[in-house]
Amino acid sequence: MNTRKKLADLAKTIRSKNAGTDKITFDIIFREKETYDLVKRSGALTRQSVCQRLNVDPARLTDFVEYDPAYAIKFTILRERPSGSAGDGDIFGAQQYAPFLDVEVDMTA
Amino acid sequence: MSSLKIICPNGHLGFAPLKPGSFHIGVAAKPDFIAADSGSDDIGPVPLGSDTCASPKAWQRHDLREMLLAARKLGVPMMIGSAGDTGTNSRVDMYVQMIREIATEEGLAPFRIGWFYSEVDREFVRAKIRGGSPIKGLDARADLTEDKLDATDRIVAMAGVHPFLKLLDEGCDVIIGGRCSDSAIFAAAALHKGYPEAQSYYLGKVLECASFCAEPYGAKETVMGEITPEHVEVTAMSPEQRCTIASVAGHAMYERSNPFHEFVAGGMLDMTHCHYDQVAEKTTRVTGMDFVPAEEFRVKLEGSGKVGERFVGMAGIRDPYTIAHVDEVIAWARAQTEERFGTDGWELHYNVFGRNGIMGDMEPLKDRPAHELCIVVQGIAPTVEMAEEVCMTGTRQLFYARLPDVKGTAGGVSFVLDEVMHASPAYTWTLNHTMAVDDPLELFPTHTATIG
Repeated sequence: MNTRKKLADLAKTIRSKNAGTDKITFDIIFREKETYDLVKRSGALTRQSVCQRLNVDPARLTDFVEYDPAYAIKFTILRERPSGSAGDGDIFGAQQYAPFLDVEVDMTA
Repeated sequence: MSSLKIICPNGHLGFAPLKPGSFHIGVAAKPDFIAADSGSDDIGPVPLGSDTCASPKAWQRHDLREMLLAARKLGVPMMIGSAGDTGTNSRVDMYVQMIREIATEEGLAPFRIGWFYSEVDREFVRAKIRGGSPIKGLDARADLTEDKLDATDRIVAMAGVHPFLKLLDEGCDVIIGGRCSDSAIFAAAALHKGYPEAQSYYLGKVLECASFCAEPYGAKETVMGEITPEHVEVTAMSPEQRCTIASVAGHAMYERSNPFHEFVAGGMLDMTHCHYDQVAEKTTRVTGMDFVPAEEFRVKLEGSGKVGERFVGMAGIRDPYTIAHVDEVIAWARAQTEERFGTDGWELHYNVFGRNGIMGDMEPLKDRPAHELCIVVQGIAPTVEMAEEVCMTGTRQLFYARLPDVKGTAGGVSFVLDEVMHASPAYTWTLNHTMAVDDPLELFPTHTATIG
């Protein structure tokens, strides 16, 4: 039996977007409370794991929130430079979520 | 006081046209206000710095026309915030002018228009710094220095509900706002009618992005918010969409770092104890919001400063050996530019699409590039002529990079265009700060006129 599933198969929404000019925020939203609770328990998304995934210093992670009313896990990082500065490859911060699609979640957690 | 209804047809008026189908369904439900926000700092610092729009005038006019005709027909106020993407004075004037033109074209009966500005003079900010009132940095930024202020071309202050309330009190039928908090437009309508702050600000929060609080995903569709002294209800107007507990609660956290708190000029909406109920198929009811007034009245400032003139070049790579050594190729082109211009006074930026062009160092797969790459080159310098040459050198020299074992010695990259393109000047966000003011209306002068 396959005991691991990809986050993309479990979540309703996985997105990223600017939060002001200096931050990018990530929302991972689930349809059902059960799935949300399971992902929380699994430890697949933690302050450490998301920093590791994005190769960012933990000091750049400003918020990490498990948001029960929306069955959502939300975290926010400081940008390397303000949005839209020359060289910024994603002015809206809207394509930064992709590395989280295939995060593996232990379904036996 | 039973309830008040507001429809919002667009989360960023003009950025793409509103969808008339769901808008007219919303209008048929006889709202008390029609309102939309038109601005964003998402679009980057160029429109604010250069005092331009991010959107075609035709799309802005389309939405203003739809909203104005519906509002005048219903006899209800129409409110727009952050006119023309940035809310600068020229964008406010442009929207007021568009309203005048549409009213003339359509032969509308006379109505009262109000507008307010929100640009802040640099010297006003300097006087605050020198007077010992620090301009505090947001999001890990340091307090504003005069150097940083000098590097700023244009500043807008973010209004709260106050100028909207003043213009509503003065009987305006149409209000065009300068830069303001998205939620303030809607909150002002509810506060004007006497609803409590917590519910009013939540109403604004949930309506500001129109159908982004509904599912399935579909932008530019109309949603309706209804406020009572106890709760807020939000309903999708599009036949394809519903406002669900998940979509509405999920929206509370959209575009902000923390899903519990929304800061506006004058206070903070606290959503920590919000409760969501599905009360009808397309409607979710929200209760339990709080509003915490601020102890000191601080206004957020956005500022943009010019970095230089800019050209853009593009180059493609297919040779796997060259792909494996793309950083050396870029280093070569950069070195050639240094040979010509020295090391200072210009910038070259390379985004390598197919490797890490979008995510840069955050890309987990940057050691597994695609079989072909596109390099976007930006050259920036003080003059147009120099920027063109910097960009041309930084792009053309990719072609001549000297890799020791490359087989193809007739040209190291492909060109779609053998030229570089004149782009908007490069700007950067210089201010993301807050400033204390004594009077909530101090930075936001209001004006009124009769049209027709």
